[in-house]
Amino acid sequence: MIFAFDFIILLFLIPVAIVALQLKDLLAAAMVFGIYSFLMCLLWAEMGAVDVAFTEAAVGAGVSAVFMIATIFNTKRNSSD
Amino acid sequence: MKKLAGIVVFTVGLILLYGVSSLDDFPSWGTPDSPANKSPLSQYFIKNTIVDTEVPNMVTAVLADYRGYDTMFETVVIFVAGLGIFAVVRVFEHGGASRVVTADTKPDIIITNTCRLLIPLIQLFALYVLAHGHSSPGGGFQGGVIMGASFILVALAWDLDIALKRFSEKQAFICSGIGILIYAGFGLASVFLGEEFLNYGIIHKILPGVDSPEMARYYAMLGVEIGVMFTVTSIMFLIYGLLATRGKMTAGL
Repeated sequence: MIFAFDFIILLFLIPVAIVALQLKDLLAAAMVFGIYSFLMCLLWAEMGAVDVAFTEAAVGAGVSAVFMIATIFNTKRNSSD
Repeated sequence: MKKLAGIVVFTVGLILLYGVSSLDDFPSWGTPDSPANKSPLSQYFIKNTIVDTEVPNMVTAVLADYRGYDTMFETVVIFVAGLGIFAVVRVFEHGGASRVVTADTKPDIIITNTCRLLIPLIQLFALYVLAHGHSSPGGGFQGGVIMGASFILVALAWDLDIALKRFSEKQAFICSGIGILIYAGFGLASVFLGEEFLNYGIIHKILPGVDSPEMARYYAMLGVEIGVMFTVTSIMFLIYGLLATRGKMTAGL
């Protein structure tokens, strides 16, 4: 575990997580969620869990973002909450 | 109400942070005395994976051999997720309206030509991830997702109809079933040869060119991963098609 890497990744990760929950525009929220997944993938890889990082990159940052965007396209773009 | 929820989340977060950082009984990162590292099971895996299975990547060996049941039913979970989305979302239109092609829905020449170059590379990489999962990170799930993503890219760049011409809905469902049957088939083959379900070592009796149980485990793991890849690829593509078209499976985004 390298402190500098961890620090930088977490520095981005925590604001991104909060922003993904707070955004009213769901399309933007899906994008930010993809960024969150990618940062998590970096964190897994940095901790030595490369298989998990690979899965996170393929499923979390890749396909699930596409699924969410496809769903938003067919529903409402703005959250009323 | 929102403020109250915020306070609750903040307090729970603080308690969790306290629990994982400052208590003495929580092991620090990567320490050899942590319960996970000291348990006899992980000691066994670390010492004997290469002896038992000839697979250098321990994660693949644990995933596809030592806990093969778990991975088999994970594949079934993906299959059932696809079936569930199909059951909820799919609508059938009898004698439906033909789709309207406007200027907006014509595929863009830059995007389609870039995808023409990219898609074969993505599919080749997916096959590499599958086949090389024994000695590097990767395996059936990741390879399947990447392969599914390449079909989704066809649907995004051109049209879902063009993608369905190459990999139709019916073919996708048949392939997802075949994947699970391949996995269970390896399990049943070892049952018929006189071992437990998914205990692949005994398969060396029927695999040509394989004379030791270790290499039989190695190749059976590859076969099992191929089954997982079939299911994951087709279910990912199906889920995308159903979600992007409100269950009509035509036209698309």
